[in-house]
Amino acid sequence: MSSATDTPTDAIAGDGIVRAADGTPLKRSLARALRREKLRSFLLIAPLLAFVVISFLLPIADMLFRSVENNIVRDTIPETVQTLASWDADSGELPDERVFAALYRDLQIAVEKRIHTRLGSRLNYEKSGMSGLFRKTGREVRRLEAEGPFRERFIEIDEDWADIEVWAVIKRYSPPYTPGYFLNAVDAELTAEGVEMKPENERIYLTLFWRTLVMSLMITLSCLLLGYPIGYLLSHLPARSANLLMILVLLPFWTSLLVRTSAWKVLLQQQGVINDFLVWINLIDDAGRLVMINNQTGTIIAMTHILLPFMILPLYSVMQTISPSYVRAAKSLGASDWTAFWRVYFPQTVPGIGAGAILVFILAIGYYITPELVGGTSGIFISNRIAYHISTSLNWGLAAALGTILLLLVMALFYVYDRIVGIDNVKLG
Amino acid sequence: MEVFAGDGVQKAEWKAISRGAAVKFDGVQKSYDGETLVVKDLNLDIARGEFLTMLGPSGSGKTTCLMMLAGFEPATHGEIYLNEQGINNVPPHKRGIGMVFQNYALFPHMSVAENLAFPLQVRGVGKAEQEDRIRRALDMVELGAFGGRRPAQLSGGQQQRVAVARALVFDPELVLMDEPLGALDKQLREQMQYEIKHIHENLGVTIVYVTHDQTEALTMSDRVAVFNDGVIQQLSSPDVLYESPQNSFVAQFIGENNKLSGEVVAMDGANCEVRLDDGTLLVADPVNVKGAGSRTTVSLRPERIELAPSDEPENVLDGKIEELIYLGDHIRVRMNVAGNDEFIVKVRNRRDKRPISEGDMVKVGWSASDCKALDAVA
Ligand SMILES: Nc1ncnc2c1ncn2[C@@H]1O[C@H](COP(=O)(O)OP(=O)(O)O)[C@@H](O)[C@H]1O
Ligand SMILES: [Mg+2]
Repeated sequence: MSSATDTPTDAIAGDGIVRAADGTPLKRSLARALRREKLRSFLLIAPLLAFVVISFLLPIADMLFRSVENNIVRDTIPETVQTLASWDADSGELPDERVFAALYRDLQIAVEKRIHTRLGSRLNYEKSGMSGLFRKTGREVRRLEAEGPFRERFIEIDEDWADIEVWAVIKRYSPPYTPGYFLNAVDAELTAEGVEMKPENERIYLTLFWRTLVMSLMITLSCLLLGYPIGYLLSHLPARSANLLMILVLLPFWTSLLVRTSAWKVLLQQQGVINDFLVWINLIDDAGRLVMINNQTGTIIAMTHILLPFMILPLYSVMQTISPSYVRAAKSLGASDWTAFWRVYFPQTVPGIGAGAILVFILAIGYYITPELVGGTSGIFISNRIAYHISTSLNWGLAAALGTILLLLVMALFYVYDRIVGIDNVKLG
Repeated sequence: MEVFAGDGVQKAEWKAISRGAAVKFDGVQKSYDGETLVVKDLNLDIARGEFLTMLGPSGSGKTTCLMMLAGFEPATHGEIYLNEQGINNVPPHKRGIGMVFQNYALFPHMSVAENLAFPLQVRGVGKAEQEDRIRRALDMVELGAFGGRRPAQLSGGQQQRVAVARALVFDPELVLMDEPLGALDKQLREQMQYEIKHIHENLGVTIVYVTHDQTEALTMSDRVAVFNDGVIQQLSSPDVLYESPQNSFVAQFIGENNKLSGEVVAMDGANCEVRLDDGTLLVADPVNVKGAGSRTTVSLRPERIELAPSDEPENVLDGKIEELIYLGDHIRVRMNVAGNDEFIVKVRNRRDKRPISEGDMVKVGWSASDCKALDAVA
């Protein structure tokens, strides 16, 4: 009995540290007790963590790296790069014999390994003609005798070797890291005079980024306009009808994306169902059939349809939690139907709007299949160019730079959103 | 007690006569599904300034009545009058009725002051007057310093007060409260009962209050309407309700009550004679029996029964003490009387109390006017 009453004084020793029964400081024994729990929870999430790291974080890191990585030049022609270091591109003179001799030795090895064409394609991104130059030189250089003067020999093979700009490009892109892909991705280039915008007619990416943003916003907005009433209806119907409607909302999820997109082609094309109908009711004449596919209209319509459930679901789950007594309270306090909706109901759905809008916008901004199928040339997104560079032009560096910019753009928008609406104001359910 | 009962009745009647009915339900019926009536033929006059409570078990149609009055549910049949005006076709926001909801329904995205400003803003009250009224309303519920807080930052009791303040801030003549104290703990609930009662007395508004808690109803109300199955079983002041229940449901629902079932054998004006199922004869007050030969349930309050009566009440029976429960101010005695072993007697804990123990055989007695012969229950 007496020891029990003593405990409170015992727990605080002379040094003022609270101690557990066995004399260890309370903080440490608490930490020890929690450690095992922490370890267990870590083990539980470990598989997912590993999966995320391997399949998500590492690829993204790799992509970020590829967008600036440029080892190919110094790996393929190392000696040339080294000797070129002392050459001044602004001097107006060709590099001296040492450089040409180095290039001869480098190319001998590169041709042996058949990697000179890859260097050619890489440099071709920066200056057209480089790919052909390297291929042609690679063919000839093996027949070249090991005796100089190499400068004249190279110029005999292709007179481009007498072009100072060719050497300037090689020198400019010889460091292991380059801003070149990023500059390309924003329609700029590195010239002798520094960073410059490309000529008007060669710019494509800025417009494409802008179009992707604007169209994603329009898709988000139309999803919201269509989804809000449906979410409202869903959350106010009796359970059985709500379930039926919910199945209809989810139906698109159970149909292949390609099928849905193709269905829109059938509906929207100039000889399609909608145009036929409009002609039939004499709203338009046969010559004035509407162009609703293979342009921006087509992309917006089809993508709104595809992304609509992503807007409805968070809206519905938020609306469902809003007790009808709020609107009743507002009305009992004298608010008309509209005031009760606008001042009491709507503000409470903002977290759902935020969640839905972010989901739809993020999905839209990276969408690829639908714009590819129904977007024509005017309705394609930046992701279609990324896909093109990854699978067709094989310019992975540029694809990575475009992807990185897209990622940064989304993060910047997230930041702005957080400042305006508050990210913790987003509710998915 | 007798005097008090009469007083209660007079008070309610006086109000109804002198100030006119604020609310009138006239033959109101309500069905949600077209098959069953949730409210069956409701006729009810509520006086101006009255505190009327609708009391009844869950599902008895109280909320439905309130919703019809507030305008959120249409009456299937009949008419509801507010200040002698039929309001069946008046939308809720034009009725000017204040309402306190069970979960308070404070707007979560607005501060306390904004919540209170809402009814004033939609009425176009000027900024200065808004502030003045909000301050007065908050002072009334002793939350003057809480105007800037969000509802989520308040305790349950504080939210409740804000809800009351919001329902009153636009000076409605009629305020409806649907189980407003249901979510509070016992102590807070009792405190709020008194506060609401005082607000009612100070402001003179008409309050229609819904609860399933009989203590709450008895404490607060001028009159109580006991609901069951969509029908008002009895409408009287709290004391009359307790002292003179009109039927078995009311007797059982309000307070504690011993039930003895039997058959009426004779009626002689003031009293009737009842033969219980075990053959015992009782003299009872015939409140709700048709006449000789009809089945009846005799209702008897535990505190009106005397153990080993010294004077000679009309009814004296033998009983056996089964169980004693000590409750401080009184002792609960469970007895077996006339074949009913759930027979409860409350014995006041007096200095001169006789020692009793379990197993004792004792006589129990009560007067005829304390035992009511009511309708039979199965
Ligand atoms: N909106 C509604 N739709 C259908 N039935 C309802 C609705 N509201 C209440 N009811 C039914 O009406 C009856 C009375 O309900 P209610 O008025 O809420 O009772 P109380 O408030 O006394 O508990 C219950 O049986 C309930 O199931
Ligand atoms: Mg209710």
